[in-house]
Amino acid sequence: MPSKIKISSQYAVQMRGVTKKFNNKKVLSSVDIDIKKGTVHAILGENGAGKSTLMNILYGFYRADEGTIFLNGKIAEIKSPHVAIRNKIGMVYQHFMLIDKFTVMENIILGNEMVNKFGVLDLKKSRNRILEISNKYSLLVDLDAKIEDMSVAMQQRVEILKILYREVDILIFDEPTAVLSPTEIEDFISTIRGFALEGKTVIVITHKLKEIMNSSDKCTIIRSGVNVGTVNISDVDQKELAEKMVGHTVELSAKKTKFTPGNVVFKITDLCVENEKKVLALDNFSLKVRAGEILGIAGVDGNGQRELIDSIACLAKVKSGVIEICGKQIQNTNPCNVLNNGIAIIHEDREKIGLILDYTVAENSMMKNYKLKDFSKNGILKKKFIDKFAKNLINKYDIKPENCINIPARNLSGGNQQKLVIAREISSKPNLLIAVQPTRGLDVGAIEYVHRMLIKERDEGRAIILISLEMDEIMQLSDTISVIYNGCIVGNFDRKMTNEREIGFLMAGGEKNDYNLKIS
Amino acid sequence: MTTISKFLKKPVSSLFLSVFCGFVTSFIILAITGYSPFEVASSLFNGIFSRPKHIMNVVIKGMPIIFTGISVAFAFKGGLFNMGAEGQFIVGTIASLIAGSIFDLPPFFQVLVVVVFGTLAGTLLGGLTGFLKAKFGTHEVITGIMFNWIALYISNFVVSLKNFHRPNSNSTFPMKDSGFTGLRGNLGFLKDSFFSDILKTEVNVGIIVAIVVAIFVSFILNKTQKGYEICAAGLNAEAAKFAGMNVYKNTIYVMMISGGISGLAAALSITGTSPHSISILAGFENNGFNGLSVALIANNSPIGCIFSGLFFSGLIYGGKSMQSDLKTPSEIINIMMGVIVFFVAVARIFPIIVDRLLKRRQKSNG
Repeated sequence: MPSKIKISSQYAVQMRGVTKKFNNKKVLSSVDIDIKKGTVHAILGENGAGKSTLMNILYGFYRADEGTIFLNGKIAEIKSPHVAIRNKIGMVYQHFMLIDKFTVMENIILGNEMVNKFGVLDLKKSRNRILEISNKYSLLVDLDAKIEDMSVAMQQRVEILKILYREVDILIFDEPTAVLSPTEIEDFISTIRGFALEGKTVIVITHKLKEIMNSSDKCTIIRSGVNVGTVNISDVDQKELAEKMVGHTVELSAKKTKFTPGNVVFKITDLCVENEKKVLALDNFSLKVRAGEILGIAGVDGNGQRELIDSIACLAKVKSGVIEICGKQIQNTNPCNVLNNGIAIIHEDREKIGLILDYTVAENSMMKNYKLKDFSKNGILKKKFIDKFAKNLINKYDIKPENCINIPARNLSGGNQQKLVIAREISSKPNLLIAVQPTRGLDVGAIEYVHRMLIKERDEGRAIILISLEMDEIMQLSDTISVIYNGCIVGNFDRKMTNEREIGFLMAGGEKNDYNLKIS
Repeated sequence: MTTISKFLKKPVSSLFLSVFCGFVTSFIILAITGYSPFEVASSLFNGIFSRPKHIMNVVIKGMPIIFTGISVAFAFKGGLFNMGAEGQFIVGTIASLIAGSIFDLPPFFQVLVVVVFGTLAGTLLGGLTGFLKAKFGTHEVITGIMFNWIALYISNFVVSLKNFHRPNSNSTFPMKDSGFTGLRGNLGFLKDSFFSDILKTEVNVGIIVAIVVAIFVSFILNKTQKGYEICAAGLNAEAAKFAGMNVYKNTIYVMMISGGISGLAAALSITGTSPHSISILAGFENNGFNGLSVALIANNSPIGCIFSGLFFSGLIYGGKSMQSDLKTPSEIINIMMGVIVFFVAVARIFPIIVDRLLKRRQKSNG
């Protein structure tokens, strides 16, 4: 909707009529936005709604086809990120732009080095500047540590320091909490609140409703490239925000039938796995899954989840320990054997590992069972059967567009790609289904769908492991919850006997007993 | 105007535009150096199409690079860059010559044995490259280049061996003529027809085999389970591994087959055309390297390699008549080919340029 607010210097950023097309597809159509100085302003929208594009235009990464940007009431032409920084705008991307082998200090000053009169780096001066900033905002970090040795939260801190060092007044964050644990998220929120108090303007791009409620003053909702409204956070609740975002009523929690577990189907005992750096990424890791059970593995990214999946899929070498499916040991065999034993994995990275994007939908749909004799005769593929098989999946799992068997998977939307992966994995009727971040990058509608599918499989008696970084997802779907921290399971819970605070406490490295002490 | 940019986004139209740009650029160069582009064009055209003999010579010269093109294209579909086609071709030649000189069987069997030896040599060298890649992760381009030189010096070594070396020359004895694959003898019925001058060329079975191989490879890639695995590994090795395919084994197989096709090219080449012997090589003859360009122009389609191979050999052969008619320097035809390959490689820029021009026009109108 067009903004009625006048251009004024009270507003750090005002955009008028911003339109952007990619390949003749409108991703933003005539968007107006007003962001007041000294506030935290959230930009909410589903994936592909255009919220990141809008901010990338503000940061000069893209150029708008039409529209004007006003900074502090004055018109500004932001041709490139360079110009944006000169205009005191800084952006922290979801994927950090840091050089792993450089130290924190080197990363911060990179591209903006202070030199003395002979053109030699003046590291002392830079160091003092950085220390000054980090003390001011209590963003403490070891300036001489290398990026590759730091946690993700610390890396984010470096990114923030990097833009503060460039003296920005407007800070844009793209999905800043995606990789943080609950306590780290709390820290992050208090940091950005601090910036707002200092008079800086913070813009947060996100699709996480709860964090908006906790952190922001105002929220602008973008739906399919259109600004559908700006609200004061104090006037709305989560459900209202969600409905504005998707444009129809939503069910935020999934319904489940009663939990009736069967026999143990899958068991991991004392698993030890080393990562690429020869450090134990999984350390005496054990778990059990029963038929008809969803076991949720909660944890912050990088605590051994990847190694766990790789070792189950036999893509990583297991140092010691046993992985057992239906009583059969499979550790250190090969991926083919894992498949044959009925383990299906919905991989988190559907673009790089789950699918072959240049293969057609039909070709992708048979990737796990092309060796079965129905699919080929004397080594020659049976095209008719394959097409029928793919068509069947497309109908059954409602993959759009309908006639997509012969188009490359690349041309499907993210949600439909994920549906294709899920359809393929579930249709193989596995003994154990492992879903890793199954709703990553999906919009609310698709998330609902994926959750329904997982619950349906569980109701039909399948054993399911759900590995997710999204606390809400774990809490909604799981029957039992295990918390992974630093390569170990640090707590097992019945879903009904625990709560988000307890899980979050353990995810961040707290001790189970400490938590009980804390609350008693 | 958007239809133009849509049209240009089709790979085929970009390809023709690239070829066109290549010609235009080389004609400009010719004009600058003082040759009439029209004369050059007509000389090139006549050199290729004026007589059946010329056309046949283009086909004969094109056969080996069609094969090596298919070899490179096949490896590329499997995600590998067969830089070693040149070396595989050379070892194929060596093995064919040795087999063709030592064995003395009736014609049909002699040809069979020679071809099998040539193919096998290429297969082994290709397979070794693949093995090194799969086992130790050595990049196939590096090993390919190294093996090219090793093959070159082995070839020169074989020429110098007492058993093979023809005295007072820089080449070996020709292989036994029971191993030849020329077809002149079978085409006697053409003697009185318009096509009679084809009999003056060294027409041989090579091109027929090349077409069969192109169709066969295309079938394997598109219709079979193995082809499905090969292309999967080529498009996304991680996904293929995750889906339970053995990507390591695939790498070795693909390189073996690719090498085998280059070896086969060599066998058919030495048995099909004179001098049926090996000479001391001062440098590469580019049979394999031209295959890289052929595959590139064909966009890695085995069937496409037939046409792009013929196109390439047409330029090479027609370039010779340019040289003799107009005394153009021999480099000009190489420049022409280089420019065409360059434009094919950057063909993706055409739609982008058109889009940008469109946008500029829209801006100036609005």
